[in-house]
Amino acid sequence: MSEKRVVDARGSFCPGPLMELIGWMKMAQVGDELELLSTDKGSVSDVPEWVKKVGHEFLGAREESGVWHLTVKKAK
Amino acid sequence: MDANRLSIVVVSGSLERLQMAAMVASVGAVSGNEVSVFLSMNAMPYFVKGSDAPAPPEGPFGTLMAGKNVPAFRGLFENAVELGGAKLHPCSMAMDVMGIEREALEPYLGEPLGLTKFLHETRGTQVWTF
Repeated sequence: MSEKRVVDARGSFCPGPLMELIGWMKMAQVGDELELLSTDKGSVSDVPEWVKKVGHEFLGAREESGVWHLTVKKAK
Repeated sequence: MDANRLSIVVVSGSLERLQMAAMVASVGAVSGNEVSVFLSMNAMPYFVKGSDAPAPPEGPFGTLMAGKNVPAFRGLFENAVELGGAKLHPCSMAMDVMGIEREALEPYLGEPLGLTKFLHETRGTQVWTF
């Protein structure tokens, strides 16, 4: 059964949030969703780029009072 | 040229250069590139087992960075190895000069290499120097 996990990388600078996400992605199962919380604006372009490059699925980005919520699904 | 292979030579002991080298190594390695790092000269002492000495900034940006929650360069190099399969090679000449053996270095470092072998193994790759 797929799970959804929140990865809180608020306050960390590039490439901290991406590395945190990847660490959790490695441990996740195919089909799991991870929501990355980041205050690093670069994550908004870097995370989808990484997802595309390695072949996972990017489900979307939204901003809430200075925090970016980036949702990714483990596809393989 | 094999654009998916990155060779990174790190000889500086300054915070900015170690940080940028670690960023290129970690992001490069987790994005599907084969990454090989050659550590020598002033960069070497930071990878002696148990070393937690901070790297001195070489300019105002380094000073600014030191007060922020920027991911530590040692941790990023470790991410490069553990999450992206990068190889971090200590330079055998630098080890000789420092009088240290492989066991004295952090376990996430790979095999010591001489320059001749590193140059041979990284022929035709992107080369980054810090």
